Amino acid sequence: MAKLNALLLSMLLLCALLLVTSQHQARKLFIDLERAQAQARRSEVQWKELQLQQTQLAKHSLIDAAARRELKMQPVTPDRTLYMSPAGAPVAVPTAGPTGSPPGGPAPKGTR
Amino acid sequence: MARPVKLSSNALLKTKLPAWRSRFALGVLAFGFLALSARAVYLQAWTTDYLQRQGAVRVERTLEVPATRGKIVDRTGAVLATSLPAKAVWAIPDDVDAPREQLVQLAKLLEMDRQELERKLAEDKSFVYVKRQVDAAVAERIAALGIPGIHLRNEYKRHYPEGEATAHVVGFTNVEDVGQEGFELSQQQRLAGKPGSRRVVRDNLGRVIEQKGSGIEPRDGQDLSLSIDTRIQYLTSSALRDTVREHRARAGAAVVVDVRTGEVLALSNWPTYNPNNRQQLTGAQLRNRVLTDTFEPGSTMKPFTAALALELGKVKPTSTIDTAPGRLTIGPHTIHDAHTYGTLTVEQIVQKSSNVGTVKMAQQLQPQQMWELYTSLGFGQPPHLGFPGAVAGRVRPHRNWKPIEQATMSYGHGISVSLIQLARAYSVFARDGELIPLTMLRADEPAPGVSVLRPETARAVRRMLEMAAGPQGTAPQAQIAGYRVAGKTGTAHKQENGGYVNKYIASFVGFAPASNPRVIVAVMIDEPGGGQHYGGQVAAPAFARIAGDALRALKVAPDAPFTTLIVPADPVKESV
Repeated sequence: MAKLNALLLSMLLLCALLLVTSQHQARKLFIDLERAQAQARRSEVQWKELQLQQTQLAKHSLIDAAARRELKMQPVTPDRTLYMSPAGAPVAVPTAGPTGSPPGGPAPKGTR
Repeated sequence: MARPVKLSSNALLKTKLPAWRSRFALGVLAFGFLALSARAVYLQAWTTDYLQRQGAVRVERTLEVPATRGKIVDRTGAVLATSLPAKAVWAIPDDVDAPREQLVQLAKLLEMDRQELERKLAEDKSFVYVKRQVDAAVAERIAALGIPGIHLRNEYKRHYPEGEATAHVVGFTNVEDVGQEGFELSQQQRLAGKPGSRRVVRDNLGRVIEQKGSGIEPRDGQDLSLSIDTRIQYLTSSALRDTVREHRARAGAAVVVDVRTGEVLALSNWPTYNPNNRQQLTGAQLRNRVLTDTFEPGSTMKPFTAALALELGKVKPTSTIDTAPGRLTIGPHTIHDAHTYGTLTVEQIVQKSSNVGTVKMAQQLQPQQMWELYTSLGFGQPPHLGFPGAVAGRVRPHRNWKPIEQATMSYGHGISVSLIQLARAYSVFARDGELIPLTMLRADEPAPGVSVLRPETARAVRRMLEMAAGPQGTAPQAQIAGYRVAGKTGTAHKQENGGYVNKYIASFVGFAPASNPRVIVAVMIDEPGGGQHYGGQVAAPAFARIAGDALRALKVAPDAPFTTLIVPADPVKESV
């Protein structure tokens, strides 16, 4: 009888200790999870901030102003542009003759 | 030191005590235990729920899990609107107790007047918002000041990186993150997230240590991809701004539509506003003139009259009509031409924009036929764009048309349309007779069109429109280097208090390249005041700049030789 009691008592103690450690483990893991989730949220916010920054820095008005003023660039004109078709062959652009009487002019070829 | 005495021989034990005393002590102890167990049973069995609830109140908390509002992006994925976390700074005025220099620091961080801050903190309330939507970095420094009674609350701030250029399309939200204008308003349901919640246990330091149950997951708002191309949008809005300034106009609007898909590539208004800073916002700035304003289109309607006459076989492109002497009297009214042309072909009527010629064509048509064409082109009906405030315009029922009304309608007076309706209607010429549905959301597939005119009719009118935008037409300034363009000018008197006044709306609607149209561009300039008011002088150059930039941005191959453009010194004036 006394032996059985001792056995049960030791089992009880063991279970109690296991309960305590597993609870502790659970909390530790939970805190890790929370931390990871918070990190995920922070990263997401950071990603959005970077996206926003990218758009702000790549604003067309900024690029336009920088290109015109600082780099002294000019818009491209078709006479200085070589148009390529997807196959790689240059697109024939009608040449010569003044514009202004387009109806009846040469039929355009090879537009994409 | 006393000698130890054996217990059994202790003198005290020899005293005989009365038996009731021990029984009494036993009884008291037994009663004590009984009372304790009764209490235990009472707590465990009868009041458990209450006690557990009380325990939960002390350690458990329901936390709201915020959901973020969806982004708005353009067709290339560039961000047009996004939400970032920010803080609301609020105060319990009675609790605020800080030395003056700390308040000065706070005011500086909040970019506020010290007096204003002090006035807010002096209010007789238990809760005051000091400032909302403070950037997270600034909020951190405010928290570091540690002023008692000043608190922070999480919220979101909406950022619009493209600013003025896309303001009218994207719109904006208020501080509560609810859409107020534009797509922010119309797509509120889709963009708004649904916050979730979860039940957690906190320890004495306030850390979350356990979650109870699974909680409700937050649902983030969906992202929205618009059909707008920010590059074309920027080019459009800067061209429009320059045009309005150059001609000292009251306002302007422009829209660019992709002919293949019906997507709106750019939609721009001037004056505009910065959605990131809306302190001095006026109604004129907010107004989306492309969609919510209707105007009498004037000559831009003439091609439709010509198209209907061709479609019904009343005329051929080369049929001649006598427009001399540049006047036509219908009842008590007289219709004028700006110049006297004599005999013109149908092509030349559109090219020179002759009112008399157009009316003579319209007189061969039934009111019902004209009304049916206008209706099938979408005039008089609000466009299905998913955009707030898009108006229907006005086409009166054909049964009440008087002959003079039918005549004026044929050249665009007595009918009101919005710029976007006009741009859409021109798709029948750009697409061989097919009318396309417009969309402002990104669509990858070509739009299925509805056939309104025969392809031959559409091609014939396209040729006329190309002539109108040529050196002999009303809009030689609409020409673009390297591309053939087709389009029509419009110059209409404005109506005020029921009568026409000497204020104008100059417009131009056209498409390019004419050989295989890719974009439709419609430009409208309200009250140009710089001495020039004709559509060909005011709106056509803006069209040329926008269409040329858009075609280059879309990498469309030229279909015309690149030579010096012929722009006559004194182009043909259209009839107003």
